[in-house]
Amino acid sequence: MDWVNAIVQGALVGGLYALFAAGLSLMFGVMRLVNIAHGDLIVLAAYLGLVVVNATGLGPFLSLIIVVPVMFVLGYILQRGLLNFTLGGDILPPLLVTFGLSIIIQNALLEGFSADDQKLQAGNFETASLHITDQLAIGWFPFAIFLTALAVIGLLEFMLYRTALGRAFRATSDDSDTARLYGVRNRHVYSMATALALAVISIAAIFLAVRVNFDPASGPARLLYAFEAVIIGGLGSLWGTLAGGVVLGVAQAIGAQLNPGWEQLAGHVAFLLVLIVRPRGLFPRLVDG
Amino acid sequence: MTALLATSGLTAFYGDFQALFSVDLTVEAGEAVAIIGANGAGKSTLLRTICGLLSAAPERIRYRGEAIGSLSPADIVTRGIALVPEGRKLFASLSVEENLLMGQQCGRKGPWHLERVYALFPMLRERRHQPATSLSGGQQQMAAIGRALMTNPDLLLCDEISLGLAPIVIRDVYAALPGIRAEGTTLVVVEQDIARALGVADRVYCLQEGRVTLEGRPATLTREQIKLAYFGV
Repeated sequence: MDWVNAIVQGALVGGLYALFAAGLSLMFGVMRLVNIAHGDLIVLAAYLGLVVVNATGLGPFLSLIIVVPVMFVLGYILQRGLLNFTLGGDILPPLLVTFGLSIIIQNALLEGFSADDQKLQAGNFETASLHITDQLAIGWFPFAIFLTALAVIGLLEFMLYRTALGRAFRATSDDSDTARLYGVRNRHVYSMATALALAVISIAAIFLAVRVNFDPASGPARLLYAFEAVIIGGLGSLWGTLAGGVVLGVAQAIGAQLNPGWEQLAGHVAFLLVLIVRPRGLFPRLVDG
Repeated sequence: MTALLATSGLTAFYGDFQALFSVDLTVEAGEAVAIIGANGAGKSTLLRTICGLLSAAPERIRYRGEAIGSLSPADIVTRGIALVPEGRKLFASLSVEENLLMGQQCGRKGPWHLERVYALFPMLRERRHQPATSLSGGQQQMAAIGRALMTNPDLLLCDEISLGLAPIVIRDVYAALPGIRAEGTTLVVVEQDIARALGVADRVYCLQEGRVTLEGRPATLTREQIKLAYFGV
């Protein structure tokens, strides 16, 4: 029963990894931009949540009412004012600029909030659980994370495949020059993609901040999980990204069950195994020429 | 009366390579103009420059008297110039219908909408939900024309719409052009196939190595004149 428990918990935590990864996947899908600062933006959103909670007395989840729009606008400005200028034929400029951004965010957070651990408190909800059997219980909080991941990815898929903006995203991803011929303003489209990515990041960030301690240097590890979830799932498929997150979460849970020190290791090993067996991931959709 | 489209002294570059040398071209509203020329003569470059994919000095291209040379492609299509690009360039991950709907992205109103395009090209309706890449070459060309029509253009630029198609399919594609002109749409057709181009056009320009070498009405031009303008001496 311990094993069942571990796997169920791992799968639910996979929802969090999928939330980390969805924004990364969206930005890469639309403009082939690999955002090295993705993890640090998650941590930035977590600190923003902390500030909002401390300033307004709202609960951590209610703070999203403010954090999501602020990060959305920040994403739009970041893309329009900075990242758009790095896009072009060469993949190196966006990597270098977002790497620099990562360092700037980490140091700014260190300057503003010190290196102390922080955490958001969600009271009883953090530990309350639903008893399935005497040995198996599902925590309400991990369950809520997973349901949120399902909802967010469902909404993103709806946006991509059922709306004019989503069509513009996919057309731009296929061939940005031709998309411009039909009235797509690609700088705006790119900025909307980053804005949406940062809105999703905000949700992931608040869940992260309630779940574990965070500090200004927490970002790169989140980036790594996000990358692994995207690659395991296969580029271009958001449901694949959710599956990738679950694979990562379950692998970590199994590793931790074997030996508490193996949690991280097991996740990375699972990632490497997928890379060896299916280098294009489990559900690849993106076909690049 | 000002011409619908006029270029004057238009030049275009790919890096250091100059592809167009002082091209003067006018298109009157309601006309069908053909641009012929050999491979590499600058025909596609000319259309891509008019559409804003390549930059030009503002005054070099005038549309309804307005200098549009430096506008973005999105601004130009919003003013009513649409391109059917060489090689079709359908969006591979979009369905046929989604490709057509991309033409609405610019938000222009007019006679063309999904049903009209399906009426013009009935075989597209049957395949509306299939990936655009699953169509045959001729159907892809029809979808590409349909996508451009969905922008409700006043000026439609067609770049080598016969390229890579069987003669019978080319005939089907060209059969759609009179219906498009009947809506008052002005047409510019770029072709390597001279007979095809002369058949559809009121007026023809010949480009050679980035320069206009001949201009006139098909009926008044002799084969010798065209051959000379097309190939040079």
